[in-house]
Amino acid sequence: MARPKRSSPALLDRRIFLRGGLAALGAIGGLAAGAPGTARAAGPPETPPWMQYPGAPFTTYGGPAKYESKVMRTLIRSQPGTTGSGASRTPLEMLEGTITPSGLHFERHHSGVPDIDPEQHRLLVHGMVKRPLIFTMDALMRYPMRSRIHFMECSGNSQLMYGATPPALRAGELHGLVSCSEWTGVPLRLLLEEAGADPAASWLLAEGADAAAMSRSVPMAKAMDDALIALFQNGERLRPENGYPVRLFLPGYEGNMSVKWLRRIKVTATPTMTKDETSRYTDLQADGKSLMFTYPMGVKSVITRPSPGLTMPGPGLYEVSGIAWTGSGTITKVEVSADGGQTWTETTLSTPVLPRTLTRFRIPWKWNGGSAIVKSRATDSTGEMQPTRDKLVAEHGTNVVFHYNAIQAWSIAGNGEVTNVYA
Amino acid sequence: MSTRSRLGVSLGVMVLAGCASPTVTETPNLGRVATLAEEAGWDVSIPPDGTGLPAGRGASAQGAVVYEQKCQNCHGEKGAGQPNDRLVGGHGTLASKGPVRTVGSYWPYATTVFDYVRRAMPYTQPHSLSDDEVYAVTAYLLHLNGIIGEADVMDALTLPNVKMPNRDNFILAYPTRPK
Repeated sequence: MARPKRSSPALLDRRIFLRGGLAALGAIGGLAAGAPGTARAAGPPETPPWMQYPGAPFTTYGGPAKYESKVMRTLIRSQPGTTGSGASRTPLEMLEGTITPSGLHFERHHSGVPDIDPEQHRLLVHGMVKRPLIFTMDALMRYPMRSRIHFMECSGNSQLMYGATPPALRAGELHGLVSCSEWTGVPLRLLLEEAGADPAASWLLAEGADAAAMSRSVPMAKAMDDALIALFQNGERLRPENGYPVRLFLPGYEGNMSVKWLRRIKVTATPTMTKDETSRYTDLQADGKSLMFTYPMGVKSVITRPSPGLTMPGPGLYEVSGIAWTGSGTITKVEVSADGGQTWTETTLSTPVLPRTLTRFRIPWKWNGGSAIVKSRATDSTGEMQPTRDKLVAEHGTNVVFHYNAIQAWSIAGNGEVTNVYA
Repeated sequence: MSTRSRLGVSLGVMVLAGCASPTVTETPNLGRVATLAEEAGWDVSIPPDGTGLPAGRGASAQGAVVYEQKCQNCHGEKGAGQPNDRLVGGHGTLASKGPVRTVGSYWPYATTVFDYVRRAMPYTQPHSLSDDEVYAVTAYLLHLNGIIGEADVMDALTLPNVKMPNRDNFILAYPTRPK
């Protein structure tokens, strides 16, 4: 990789933290979620209370620290009169690294979370096949599996950013319909070959066992390439809200196609044209035409620290940190600007950088306490670079709803407050 | 059963059956062959050509009765919307600043209306309508949108022939994205 240019104001060489050069730069400021606590510090010379008695016993299933209770998904209101038709978003600004805890993975349900008994649940593979097959969950557990780390993003993620004015929301509230897990399951290809899928069949229909029987058509090429019949997420069986006991997983494709609570795969010659691939997840353009089957999620990034809600407590050295992802290939470069996009500096990507995963980028920044606009822009291995909002809107209009992937700008005021801006 | 070799299964555990023999691939083969009745019971999806549409029929007059009892609470009088999705009108708005996407203005295929109502509606009681009722509600919504006549009967033969007004305004982005 080429040596990055140190062009953006006070964005420092990305390797500065590795060279022990911090002393010259002064103290490192932390990003506080709120005002500093007023509780008396348990520092030296006092012995802190938790060292003065034995700690808690073992637990059978651990949870987060009680002091982290504010780290939770934020809910998008359900359809009126319903409880389970809506979404919840990952609190991106409160997380680090690249793996989303399963309990914080975003949710999108079309008719709530079904309570499925795995003993009774079945997966039917049929249609243009030689032998229609029914699988129990126990049977699927005996198949050879693959484990892959992948992001999943709802195609409606960030849709508020199509609005005329920038919403005053946090990073997770704006962009939190994206999460990343290790998914383990059976290659769909294996089941299709056992059933004897007709080579002339170009499509299949995937259908869920929720009350909406959510269904999407999937190209056979994708099914035979890298589709998983996923049974595990981050090492444990799928959470109910992520498709327990079995879901489809299509790496890089818009999230709703990875049908949860999967009960049926029907091999077909043509797309079925279900409600969710005609009236819902199609992209209305400014001229009134609509793009249909826009499957891969575009190259995208967002700075999670600093971001709205994480007020910067004062001038000094910070680490700018964020996530980048692409539905096509691998993230190859993320650049950050601290001057509203006039100059850009390449960041460090946390390794390993894997295809279709969240990729963490970081770069040191010495904030002088003045107002600033920070942005990130990602490039992927297909050469695609994240577009500006102006470019995206010029190409697709503002009626699209789906597939918003423009460069995000955060404005930092002199008092350290961070806000969402179009800039 | 010789199915495995006949299908040329290519994933799974490779078993070399001697130098002269071709490579045979073995997979767990733990699926049970489904009966026709089992398939028929679950196969509710209806593509645009109408394959799989059940027997039965309905027209808008019967559909209005079903709609008022089972749909109106969520979708408003005559599909006007509120509190949930509007189902009627919006024609000519798709290129405007305030597009109104309804069954009539946006949905490209009439078969999708039948498929979706039968699989997912009414929201609180899916799978509770008879096929006749689903045909009738479909006819009612198509009639309210000015797409079919009041007396037109919807069934397995007529429904796939309904041309939706917005059908030709969808551009396929797979396998190749335009531009």
